[in-house]
Amino acid sequence: MAISSAVQGVSTAKRQRFLRSTVVLHAAAAVTGLIMVLYLLAHMYGNYKVFSGQVAFDGYSHYLRTMGEPLLPRTGALWIIRVVLLASVLIHMYAIIALWRRMRKATAGKGGRRYQSRKNPRGVQRTYSSFTMRWGGIIIFLFVIYHILHLTVNAIAPGGASESPYERVVNGFSIWWVVATYVIAMLALGFHLRHGFWSALASLGANTSPARRRLFNQTATVLAVVITVGFLIPPVAILFRGVGS
Amino acid sequence: MNITLRIWRQQNGSDAGAMVTYRIEDVAPEMSFLEMLDVLNEQLTLSGDDPVAFDSDCREGICGTCSLVIDGIAHGPEALTAVCQLHMRHFDDGAVIDVEPWRADPFPIVKDLIVDRSALDRIIQAGGYITAPTGTAPDAHATLVPKDAADRAFDAAVCIGCGACIAACPNGSAMLFTGAKATHLGSLPQGQPERNSRALAMINQHDAEGFGGCTEIGECTAVCPVGIPLNMISQLNSDVLSALAPGRTRRPQTG
Repeated sequence: MAISSAVQGVSTAKRQRFLRSTVVLHAAAAVTGLIMVLYLLAHMYGNYKVFSGQVAFDGYSHYLRTMGEPLLPRTGALWIIRVVLLASVLIHMYAIIALWRRMRKATAGKGGRRYQSRKNPRGVQRTYSSFTMRWGGIIIFLFVIYHILHLTVNAIAPGGASESPYERVVNGFSIWWVVATYVIAMLALGFHLRHGFWSALASLGANTSPARRRLFNQTATVLAVVITVGFLIPPVAILFRGVGS
Repeated sequence: MNITLRIWRQQNGSDAGAMVTYRIEDVAPEMSFLEMLDVLNEQLTLSGDDPVAFDSDCREGICGTCSLVIDGIAHGPEALTAVCQLHMRHFDDGAVIDVEPWRADPFPIVKDLIVDRSALDRIIQAGGYITAPTGTAPDAHATLVPKDAADRAFDAAVCIGCGACIAACPNGSAMLFTGAKATHLGSLPQGQPERNSRALAMINQHDAEGFGGCTEIGECTAVCPVGIPLNMISQLNSDVLSALAPGRTRRPQTG
């Protein structure tokens, strides 16, 4: 038939070019973001071991290093998770920085503030979380570096260093300003997820109707609240109720 | 009604441009925003000044030519309304109204409030058209179109291509426009043979014109005078991503 002869394939060279399209960059940011959300849920669950005491928490920490044995070497599974997470962070940042540059170019560097009129600076309906995605991401990134230096590699030790992960957590979160920085970072994370989770699903093509748009936005709000509150309960409990003291 | 207007005046693309204040008296509440500008231009012409250049054509909300950002909102404060259908009764007596052109890098200013929107035409051109046998008109029922598909295609086809979505987008993205155009043909059975290549060609042109990416904020659909839904962006995303799936990249040439 005449119609089928017009069907064009896409050559490999063209496909390379499309891999830099705004749609593919957003899809990359979406997939890597969702991977990090899955990790956050697992991380949040692990934090609650702190309520079961030092033996349970340190035992869990030890388990994370031995899981997968003897199939995998010691810390093998943990390193696989770390490599996947690091790759996710790098791809997420690469895609978002590339898209941020395109936004700057398309709007003379001003984004939503490119009009002289200051009467509707927040537009018609946009959410606070949609404004703060890029700044929120930077805050989360800086926090993650500080967090890893503090509790993973034991390089900085507010409240006193210890070989026991349990003691590092309890010592650290007994100090008000350590909890305060944690609270700020978790609020930034909550706002980031409020818009990011919905945006990720829509960027991957899952927003197929107004009902889906509503559902995804509600789900994103629930996820953001669960993760923010879920991460805040252990340190706040340590600070105010003296868990572990 | 007495209205104070702050209007963006710019002689041409290389001029710096600035907001200029005008007072206009005895505005009838029944006037459309464009008729109010017509009255202003009459006054300016009579006093020997250069009238304000702005785009308009049908003035009944179907051509998509009018393009004003009023108080920072594309097409002004009323939802589902193009500027030509926006009436002065929606403003208070004595109001100060800011009037600016669409702003986006791919929309260079021609003069005052007129911008060059041919980037949108090039995106449509890149999408091409459906392949259909030439000759006599086919029977009306030769290709059956499911009701849902016809409705979806029509919802997309109502896009008048005004560009308000881009003017409102904090990212300067044209994804709502491009999504509507891709959804229009992509929802119909006649549009299926080129669905993959159309989606890829259109997103490629969209990016080449210098539009930004979509972060799903939703300002575009909020200002759209015909209510193109945000999910048409998701349909374009889906079409582009599935067109890039390994199995789809080399179609056998049959026929």
